[in-house]
Amino acid sequence: MTDDDTTGTTDAVDATNTAGETGSADGTDGEPVFEAAEYADGTVTYPPHPVGPDGAERVGTVDLRDREARVVTWTTSTATPPGVREPNTLAIVEFETDEGYDGPPVRALGQVAVDPDDPDGETYDVAIGDRVAPVYAEELREPGAGIREPASQAWDGFRFRPVE
Amino acid sequence: MERVAIIGASMTRFGQRDAWVRELLAEAGEAALADAGVDGGDLDHLYVSNMASGEFEGQTGVPNALAHDLAATPAYTARIDQTSSSGGAGVYAAWQSIASGASDLTMLVGGEKMTHRSTAEATDVIASLTHPVEYKHGVTLPSFAGLTARLYLDTYDAPRESLGKVAVKNHRNGVDNPHAQFRKEVDLETVLESPVVADPLRLYDFCPITDGSAALVFCPESVAEEYVPDDQYAVISGIGGATDTHVVHERADPTTMGGVVDSSAIAYEMAGVGPDDVDVAELHDMFTILEFLQSEDLGFFEKGEGWKAVEEGVTDRDGDLPINTSGGLKSKGHPLGASGVAQVYEIVKQVTGDAGPRQVDADTGLACNVGGFGNCVTTAILEGSQ
Repeated sequence: MTDDDTTGTTDAVDATNTAGETGSADGTDGEPVFEAAEYADGTVTYPPHPVGPDGAERVGTVDLRDREARVVTWTTSTATPPGVREPNTLAIVEFETDEGYDGPPVRALGQVAVDPDDPDGETYDVAIGDRVAPVYAEELREPGAGIREPASQAWDGFRFRPVE
Repeated sequence: MERVAIIGASMTRFGQRDAWVRELLAEAGEAALADAGVDGGDLDHLYVSNMASGEFEGQTGVPNALAHDLAATPAYTARIDQTSSSGGAGVYAAWQSIASGASDLTMLVGGEKMTHRSTAEATDVIASLTHPVEYKHGVTLPSFAGLTARLYLDTYDAPRESLGKVAVKNHRNGVDNPHAQFRKEVDLETVLESPVVADPLRLYDFCPITDGSAALVFCPESVAEEYVPDDQYAVISGIGGATDTHVVHERADPTTMGGVVDSSAIAYEMAGVGPDDVDVAELHDMFTILEFLQSEDLGFFEKGEGWKAVEEGVTDRDGDLPINTSGGLKSKGHPLGASGVAQVYEIVKQVTGDAGPRQVDADTGLACNVGGFGNCVTTAILEGSQ
């Protein structure tokens, strides 16, 4: 990751606030941040953890919202828990990193976005290797419908849509 | 360090049961005590493997309840929760209690009551083990299986049918298990045409929701013959536990279960054996894809070639390495906290020559119990006493 990647976000998001890692904190521009953590050894993880994979301290935040990624794998789940859309197409994606980055892959798991042009309101089709970009959603599943305490975590986040 | 023997073993019928968790635990516990020829009052330690009795049933404090019901007070009690690998973690705790000298006689009872909940509710209870950034997207354990299965098939050029053959094999094995939830064979066509649950996986790629319990009684090997004849106990020759990342997508290779690799390495070293020495194995086939991943990560087969072993019949009951002679979680059922205990029950039966129609030629057996989607793993290696 370059310095440019973190400019404006490290200051905007408390780098030590890992308790807030479930949310999508606002950046300086008021837009939600796709918050990953950067550690002293240069590695980046999503979601953030108090320390990096090898124990290095967290030194900053990287916003993944403007980064493209590639689909590692995907599935469509038809047996979904309470408060979750059905069917629920999910993908694990791997974000692009700079040439000098030699840490572990930076990945995320997320819902595939609904295609606004689909007459049936279905999600985009994706395949392994497809390029995708994050799309913000205010509510990914209905808080309180499932077993988890609604106030214990954030429910907004980023889905993924294909990129031409 | 004292070697640890298993001198008593039992399991209830798995499936949809009228009994609640306390009754299920007591049923298995009472039978295991009888099998070992001891009373509850003889126990120094009593462990209960259980993931979610509070969430499923509103019943907490189950070890205390069980100790009272079996007249095991004042034995030390503890509940072992490691999600789906609570049973394996309980085996580890029970082994530790004897090997350390803290207890001379320990019983472990694993159990779960689930079927009174809808599939959606039970799925959500289990999915609550996920990280918030996973949970908010509605991820479930079956969807992790779908994600991993697609990647595995794509990466290793494996045919979809090979996953279906795991289900066919394990259902066939379950026919001869009187405790199994499903004692019915299925053909490959039925598996491949069953409803999609998490593409590319279908209904028959998944284990059912199950009620049930299983129990084991442990003592030092040096005194095992005081309880049971020489040929009726098994010895834990190696055991290891390991943890992988909580967040599944952070793993370097999503088709490798690091906890299986690490826990089995510890167990093999302790036992002084390797994968080639294992005669029979019970693997955590909560989903068919997991049998491939574990069989590779345990070192039975090269990475990406576990599917070929199933295709070639290597893992059939009459194959070179029978896997899941009990029917596995797929056919036997998966009452979370009981599953790891029931896996060891099957291996005890196999290495003591007491597996009836499921019996294979086995001196050394292995049980691998997986929690989450490979998040926590216990691998145990057992040998017959002779």
